[in-house]
Amino acid sequence: MKRQSLDKFMEIIFFISACVSIISVILICYFMFANGIPGIKKIGVLNFLFGLDWSPSNIPPSFGIFPMIVGSIYITFGAIIIGVPIGILTAMYLAKFCSPRLYKYLKPAVNLMAGIPSIIYGFFGLVVLVPLIRNIFGGTGSSILTASILLGIMILPTIIGLSESAIRAVPNSYYEGAIALGATHEYSIVFAMLPAAKSGILSSIVLGIGRAIGETMAVIMVAGNQARMPNGILKGVRTLTANIVIEMGYAADLHREALIGTGVVLFVFILIINGLFSMLKRKVF
Amino acid sequence: MDKIIVENLNLYYGDFQALKNININIPKNRITAFIGPSGCGKSTFLKTLNRMNDLISDCRIEGKVLVDKENIYDNSNININNLRKRIGMVFQKPNPFPMSIYDNIAFGPRTHGIKSKIKLDEIVEKSLKNAAIFSEVKDRLKKNALELSGGQQQRICIARALAVEPEVLLLDEPTSALDPISTIKIEELVEDLKDVYTIVMVTHNMQQATRISDKTAFFLSGELVEFDDTHIIFSNPKDKRTEDYITGRFG
Repeated sequence: MKRQSLDKFMEIIFFISACVSIISVILICYFMFANGIPGIKKIGVLNFLFGLDWSPSNIPPSFGIFPMIVGSIYITFGAIIIGVPIGILTAMYLAKFCSPRLYKYLKPAVNLMAGIPSIIYGFFGLVVLVPLIRNIFGGTGSSILTASILLGIMILPTIIGLSESAIRAVPNSYYEGAIALGATHEYSIVFAMLPAAKSGILSSIVLGIGRAIGETMAVIMVAGNQARMPNGILKGVRTLTANIVIEMGYAADLHREALIGTGVVLFVFILIINGLFSMLKRKVF
Repeated sequence: MDKIIVENLNLYYGDFQALKNININIPKNRITAFIGPSGCGKSTFLKTLNRMNDLISDCRIEGKVLVDKENIYDNSNININNLRKRIGMVFQKPNPFPMSIYDNIAFGPRTHGIKSKIKLDEIVEKSLKNAAIFSEVKDRLKKNALELSGGQQQRICIARALAVEPEVLLLDEPTSALDPISTIKIEELVEDLKDVYTIVMVTHNMQQATRISDKTAFFLSGELVEFDDTHIIFSNPKDKRTEDYITGRFG
């Protein structure tokens, strides 16, 4: 009898714990939309999303966030181009090629990358990448390219960690099957094991994109933050996240609502990315 | 004629000697069965024939394995990938790759540089026919091979092994994970295949050995106890230990 009531009690504890996270998500959704939508309506959905001019202090003010949407997409895309191939290749190396002695040093190094605060990455970008880009390509050095490289580095631990465990989870029988057909070690890993790890690797890319699009501090320090349409990867750009952080401190009234609206757009982006990849995942398997 | 000749083969896992001075001549275009209790070394021995034991660290081998009179452990003139192409292997548990049936069969040929779609189509169809599974899967070659039943998966694995045109086929308890009907299908298939291939199979199932093999080798704790025509091994074994095993006194 006592045993049963303890079980019941624990079940309730588990249920409450599960509810905390679900309720948080629901509350975040609700408040984002409840606070953001009225502002977007006042400005006009099309003017807000596709307006090219962001001039909150003009009279009359103009709240077009299209340059920031484009900025976020460019930088995230750039980070993916740089981070995904390096990340997946590193994961393959760690899982299948690296000697145990080297692994002992490499794995903690990758884990350390995940633990470095983004502001530190930002400093690194500011003192190393920005001058480097300036010296090679000219201009200010704060640009889409700089931010993409920095974000590409920042999403590495996410992609490496998940992809490595996905590759390690592939049954060795696939490898043996390929080897027994006369395939080389490398061929067996790339063409027999990697396809089997596809789903895990895709999830690592989703999380990477999520991290890249939501990253704020590091990007602000190297992206230039000009709120206008970029015309080249060496031009500065402002992301959705940067827009909020830079102006939230002094914004009031409609300006403030427009910034919350910017957050809503960012949130919708994350929802779309997650939805897209769950669809992709289902198609793969 | 003998396809594989093994001379004084010893195999060690670290300090443990798993195979003790094995000598055996495996005839061409025949089915040779290895029987013996679990842990007797029969699967380990099978793996020495295509060097799959290279994958196991701290495994050490002495002696010779001659395939067509060439020692496959002579690293100076043997290409190991080419060796495994010549000596195919089918595993105990069906292990099709998680991709389409077509891609499974085409995997080996692609590995060895065949790119032409027409040629690949041809190989896939021929291999599936030779593995007696073509009629069951011909309408769903693009489907994932993991959706097939266990018996079908095993025949896909045999087709996959045949697709690289091996000379020898090593089967490691190929039916132990299958139901009786799938088992019979695989046995019939193996009997058909011996006209073209030299077949070596490990089996736990003594009826299976009597049903399809021409030669049988009995292993016990790392030793090859007796090797002879299958009907002699099962009717008139020379060694007391063989007799005890086949009459079910142990193992």
